[in-house]
Amino acid sequence: MNAIHAGTSSQSAQDARSAARLSDNLARRHLVERAAFGVVWAAGMVAVLALAVVVGYVLLQGASQVNWEFLTTPPRGGIEAEGGMSTTFMGTLYLVLLCIVLAAPLGVGAAIYLIEYAEQAQAGGRWLSRLVGVARFGVETLAGVPSIIFGLFGYALFVTLLELGFSLLSAGLAGACLILPVIIRTTEEALLAVPLSYREGSLALGATQWQTVSGVVVPAALPGIVTGIVLSIGRVVSETAVFFVTFGGSANMPKSLLSPGRTMALHVYYLAMETRAFAKAMGTGAVLVVATIIINASVSFLSRRVMGRLRGVG
Amino acid sequence: MSTDGAVKLETRGYNFYYGGFRALKDVDIKINPNQVTAIIGPSGCGKSTFLRTFNRMNELIPGVRVEGQAFLDGESIFGEDVVELRRRVGMVFQRPNPFPKSIYANVTYGPRAHGMRDRSELDQLAERSLRAAALWDEVKDELSKSALALSGGQQQRLCIARALAVEPEVILMDEPASALDPVATLKIEELMRELAREYTIVVVTHNMQQAARVSDHTAFFMMGEDREGYLVEYGPTKEIFTNPKDQRTEDYITGRFG
Repeated sequence: MNAIHAGTSSQSAQDARSAARLSDNLARRHLVERAAFGVVWAAGMVAVLALAVVVGYVLLQGASQVNWEFLTTPPRGGIEAEGGMSTTFMGTLYLVLLCIVLAAPLGVGAAIYLIEYAEQAQAGGRWLSRLVGVARFGVETLAGVPSIIFGLFGYALFVTLLELGFSLLSAGLAGACLILPVIIRTTEEALLAVPLSYREGSLALGATQWQTVSGVVVPAALPGIVTGIVLSIGRVVSETAVFFVTFGGSANMPKSLLSPGRTMALHVYYLAMETRAFAKAMGTGAVLVVATIIINASVSFLSRRVMGRLRGVG
Repeated sequence: MSTDGAVKLETRGYNFYYGGFRALKDVDIKINPNQVTAIIGPSGCGKSTFLRTFNRMNELIPGVRVEGQAFLDGESIFGEDVVELRRRVGMVFQRPNPFPKSIYANVTYGPRAHGMRDRSELDQLAERSLRAAALWDEVKDELSKSALALSGGQQQRLCIARALAVEPEVILMDEPASALDPVATLKIEELMRELAREYTIVVVTHNMQQAARVSDHTAFFMMGEDREGYLVEYGPTKEIFTNPKDQRTEDYITGRFG
């Protein structure tokens, strides 16, 4: 009895000691917690502030330049860069349309092949499966290649070899090459996010592979696919290197596929480097920033709609 | 192992391989038309793999291989066009998998895929299928609502309606109630009995009471030391549950393992 009693009391003393030890560092842990919170809070604030300053500076500096006349008159050139930016806006618009028309069907089709069909092909033959592996690797790599490489390629092939010259068509083809891996990868991601059970459900009803892809899989992935396409619109709008060596830089309104032209982003570059009209560069920059904000806002709007649709709300 | 009368589905010397691994070994079975046949057995014994033989869904998995034969109405299912086979042999999955579309679009998906375009014909078929799946009264006023907004039990009955809409002969059910609550489960079981009048039903189930309640015939699968699944015993459900011939069947249904 005694022994047991002694045992328990020494046990509880030990418990108290270890509990004290466990509580000892409570103050220190709270301190570390507060410090860590402070550091990440500061990092978050500085990062957001830095971006806000960049965007805010361009918008504030540019705002004074931007008016209806600036938007609707063509640049007249010269060292003072008289006139507005209308042709560069239209040049950008044409180029975006051309790039998307060329790259979107190709990229979406390629992604559908890689995700929905290549698996079966791999069962088919070693050569095909190896080819598919190389294609996948190629897409991964191309997505990370610096854009000037696409520019060089476009210059060598479209501008020179195919004799398309500095033109909307050359720039559109080179730009399409630039965004092709972006569209393939975002479409692949969107297709992979579609549950396997949708495909099984469709195939089990006697739908063919293509009916399954076009009737269930692509509609379910569509918001993700569209998001990828809108992102690549942003890519074309913001790109300079590729179009510097393919589009020709003319400030005139492009009249055909073979006319040269310049995008807004290129216009900013020319104004800043080759004229004294730095304020106009800022003005064009402000228009660019607003365009980018609109594009990104539409991306997040779209992706929110996807979530709603997948939950069955829409 | 044979039973009386006509045969709807049959396998002979059927072996199934995932790569080098044999998942099913020498399965011989004859399944009667217009009955519910339950497939029971412990996890991993190849029940679902066996079920997916009859609509060749296993072929979606790369690296699988089949030996032996499987028949639908006496014709080899491997000789038939797989798209047509799957129209004749429908399937209901473990988890309800309605498409992210309206209820109406879900039910009419199959018939449209098979080329039916006439709107009034589709409407009639949708109503008939939803009635047969005991869902019509609950959804008739909201056919354009998203199928994903339905409850789990309703979704599963929608999937049954969707399968019925292509006018199949056989319906394979892979643990169709395992993701549902008891009330919804009971509804699905009643539905199975109802559907057996017109269709041949093969159902994989983990739930032995369910097999006993719902099926006419029961097949008991097990796996050996080598993890190869095989058919132990097959016969009328009453006999399997009251007077099994095989000791292993008795051990399993009395809950001694599995």
